[in-house]
Amino acid sequence: MQQRPVKLACRDVWKLFGEGADRFLADRRAARGMVPGLAEIQAAGLVGAVRAANIEVGEGEIFVIMGLSGSGKSTLVRCLSRLIQPTAGEILFEGRDLLRASEREMVRIRRHKMGMVFQHFALLPHLTVLQNVAFPLEVQGIARAPREARAREVIELVGLKGREAYYPRELSGGQQQRVGIARSLAVEPEIWFLDEPFSALDPLIRREMQDEFLRLQSVLRKTIVFITHDFDEAIRLADRIAIMKDGAVIQVDTPERLVLAPADAYVAEFTKHIPRAKVLTVRAIMRAGPPAGEMAGEVSAADRIEAVADRVEAADRPFAVTDAGGEVIGSIDRCAVIDTLIGREPRR
Amino acid sequence: MKARTLPLSPLAVTWLGLAAATAVLAQTSGELAKALDARWLTKLPRELRLPLKDEISAFMKWLVEEANFGLFTFTDLTRGIAWLLAQPYELAKGLLVGGFVQGLGDEAVQLLPPLSWAAVIFVVAALGHYAKSLRLAVFVGLCFLYLALFGQWQSAMVTLASILIAVPLGVAGGLLLGIAGYRWPWFDRLLTPVLDLMQTVPVFAYLVPILFLFGFGPVSALVATLVYAMPPMVRITTLALRGVPSEVREFGVMVGCTSRQMTWRIMVPSAMPGLMVGVNQVIMLSLNMVIIASMIGAGGLGYDVLTSLRRLDIGGGLEAGVAIVVLAIALDRLSQAFVKRPPPEHGEGPLSFVMRHPYALTALGVILVTGLLGLVWPFLQSYPAAAQFTTGPFWENLVRSINVNFFDQLEAVKTFMLLNLLIPVKRFLLGVPWPWFILLVTLAGWQLGRWKLALLCLLLSAFILVNGLWEDAMVTLYLCGVSVLIAAAIGIPVGVLAAQNARAGRVIGGVIDTLQTLPSFVYLIPVVMLFRVGDFSAMIAVVLYALAPAVRYTAHGIRSIDPQLIEAGTVSGCTRWQLLWRIKLPLALPEIMLGVNQTIMLALSMLVITALVGTRDLGQEVYVALTKADTGRGIVAGVSVAFIAIIADRLIAAGAARARARLGLVAQGAH
Ligand SMILES: Nc1ncnc2c1ncn2[C@@H]1O[C@H](COP(=O)(O)OP(=O)(O)OP(=O)(O)O)[C@@H](O)[C@H]1O
Ligand SMILES: [Mg+2]
Repeated sequence: MQQRPVKLACRDVWKLFGEGADRFLADRRAARGMVPGLAEIQAAGLVGAVRAANIEVGEGEIFVIMGLSGSGKSTLVRCLSRLIQPTAGEILFEGRDLLRASEREMVRIRRHKMGMVFQHFALLPHLTVLQNVAFPLEVQGIARAPREARAREVIELVGLKGREAYYPRELSGGQQQRVGIARSLAVEPEIWFLDEPFSALDPLIRREMQDEFLRLQSVLRKTIVFITHDFDEAIRLADRIAIMKDGAVIQVDTPERLVLAPADAYVAEFTKHIPRAKVLTVRAIMRAGPPAGEMAGEVSAADRIEAVADRVEAADRPFAVTDAGGEVIGSIDRCAVIDTLIGREPRR
Repeated sequence: MKARTLPLSPLAVTWLGLAAATAVLAQTSGELAKALDARWLTKLPRELRLPLKDEISAFMKWLVEEANFGLFTFTDLTRGIAWLLAQPYELAKGLLVGGFVQGLGDEAVQLLPPLSWAAVIFVVAALGHYAKSLRLAVFVGLCFLYLALFGQWQSAMVTLASILIAVPLGVAGGLLLGIAGYRWPWFDRLLTPVLDLMQTVPVFAYLVPILFLFGFGPVSALVATLVYAMPPMVRITTLALRGVPSEVREFGVMVGCTSRQMTWRIMVPSAMPGLMVGVNQVIMLSLNMVIIASMIGAGGLGYDVLTSLRRLDIGGGLEAGVAIVVLAIALDRLSQAFVKRPPPEHGEGPLSFVMRHPYALTALGVILVTGLLGLVWPFLQSYPAAAQFTTGPFWENLVRSINVNFFDQLEAVKTFMLLNLLIPVKRFLLGVPWPWFILLVTLAGWQLGRWKLALLCLLLSAFILVNGLWEDAMVTLYLCGVSVLIAAAIGIPVGVLAAQNARAGRVIGGVIDTLQTLPSFVYLIPVVMLFRVGDFSAMIAVVLYALAPAVRYTAHGIRSIDPQLIEAGTVSGCTRWQLLWRIKLPLALPEIMLGVNQTIMLALSMLVITALVGTRDLGQEVYVALTKADTGRGIVAGVSVAFIAIIADRLIAAGAARARARLGLVAQGAH
């Protein structure tokens, strides 16, 4: 696992909705020194939208939060940007606790360091594409010429050149979300929140937008918190995934680790139907130790099975597996690849 | 032993018993009082009355004559407000009617003439075209041409001037209050009961104090119009802002908007379609106030109607009344078109100033050209009297001939209704001793809303009693009650028809829309002409005015029943008739009750207007107070009407809520 400097973290964050949530949580924690369970929260007439969440998002990482509807993803991400005041906990952005920041500081941080894309686009209907994208800059008081120049830049980046004068309702859903993306990028944010940005789009457009998103990220290298309830989407995009259930973060790991070492039955169930070849790396299924006999070639241990499957399958002999330094650390044969492709437990 | 099942619940039996007792009491209260030597049963003795109205009058007097805030007196304050309001009004009036003059009396020199009739017609037509289509342009153009053709131009422009001022002020004020209510929950909590009260208090209740504070004249009329037309805008604003998707608001926070940017750059523009509905409401309510406002000095068409009514000048009244209707319809269609105007399409990049404002510039051009040409050809400036028509004599003859030829029939209808419905109900209500009546109302409150509602009913009806207005209140109740019964008896079946039959629904919808566009006074004119003054005329006018909600809510209630329930009924073999009686009407009952509630509110607000045709109720009390500028009397009587309205409103709302809970329906429109 790569070690990146932590950009954004939350420590023991709680968000309970309902009357008297603050007092409830404080009382419980003071009285028993322990955390209230889900049943207890519900019995008090509260909603435990986020419970004791701990995550760390590394610089330049695509961090995906995933879970079923109502599991608290949106609430957690809104706590991270302090759109919602958490009931308890700490939000550390570049090492500073955002919950202690004054209103003015928050405005400054949001203006210059944060960007957000919304599930239903949240475009302003009375403004054109250009005006929508330039809006965050306008709010900061930037003069018309430079802000429009910058807006045109990002509009071109998301592939909407020529539509600057259109109004949002004249665009398709995919195009509208491109505007939303362009708008959130206009201020060159350091951290980029995307709350189910592609969920409102139909499947074909969604794939196209995911590709577009990966292309953008390969250029921009932002720190990203991406929410989805679609595991396919998560494994396509994520460096790491946090799985949420009933407000709690159950496991945070790479897609591969989620499949290989699910923390509990819930995660296992979640990952069961995933095409493993898309998730697992060669390292996960190789036979470790120096290979015997003649090899058909070499593959890298960090490659996804999907990427090397054709080559390995076509050859009669196994391939040598090399690590990042080029040293041979194991071998992989046709059988192992086929097992993975059809989802059969490997025979060892 | 088998328990015998009663056909009625014990509760219903109790209430039937109470009703029977009431009937007996109403018949015998006179003798009873004599026998017991207790005249207080029928009439509250003087000593027990509160001198509230005198105290209010004294307080208002003190306010106007002595109240002082240190730096300035209360009178300075009201004068200041009056001055502020007068400025834009004078400007608008100068533009539309008088022109701009320097000097006074004979030495007056006209600096600028008012806009010519041709220019005004062109401008409204251009607005119609801009908002919607050529058809609308022609329609509103013709409406305004009508005003010129039939000699109503001057008055119509005076009315238009006050509307042109009242509407922006009402919209702006309502918007600001609505935004404040949205931003600060405590302000909203404060505002809601005030708005509730403002919408139940009939206009007349505040006419008197306004008259007292601001004096007779257009400014008072403007203030009254604002008070009347603003509340819906406040409500709609708060609702529309709440309706903005939360993601849009979050977007605003995420880009770091200040709270001002948030309000004006994000929330208000996003809520625009909803807000435009409010603007339309303000326009319609302002028009509704036209005649009433003329009682405290607004002038214009309303004044013409009022004086004609007082002189029983049928032709003149009808002409001015029709002119108001024409003006109202034109303005309504225009503002509706603006509400529904499709949002802009993308353009071809930046345009020149001229290209961006084609309408404004053309209109300006026409105004200048007609103004200049008007100097040469006066007929362009002001519509020539020689080319005017008057329909007054025509109406006069028509009504006369109806009255001559159908006198017996009309009279027979009137007498029949009076003898068999109006007079008996009136006798009955006046016969019920007040302690019994208050007891009944309080019991009803207890029944529907426990002690809170019971206490409310008790206190409010006691207020009316101790202010010595019991008899007037009973007359009010009788007139309103009969009218509401008739309106419901007509409106509910019509509403059912509208919901059952698509074509009938369209026709009825159109008629009801038009009925609602008309200012309340207009109904009075034809009725008075046919049936002369008196309770019967008042009743018909009230029924006409208050009919719309009964129809509309009934139709809506039936249409919004879950289709699955109706299918279930059909599948289990209900006939159409059974379907209606067993399924649709019971399910639509809560909605129908709300419609009846609205009907009562409208009826109560209309009662005060019918005072003009000589009814003897609380409305008359207010009207008399108005003519005598007796603030205390006016306020107390007005508040009494409001209290009747509040009692009815709360009782029915509680009843509807119970019905809804029983049917397992969720409250509609609550969110
Ligand atoms: N303002 C609120 N008041 C009360 N409860 C809330 C509020 N917002 C969210 N909740 C509750 O908190 C829980 C988590 O909601 P959240 O919107 O975070 O879920 P989510 O994972 O984003 O779901 P989705 O995929 O549907 O967007 C849900 O049970 C929801 O009903
Ligand atoms: Mg969500």
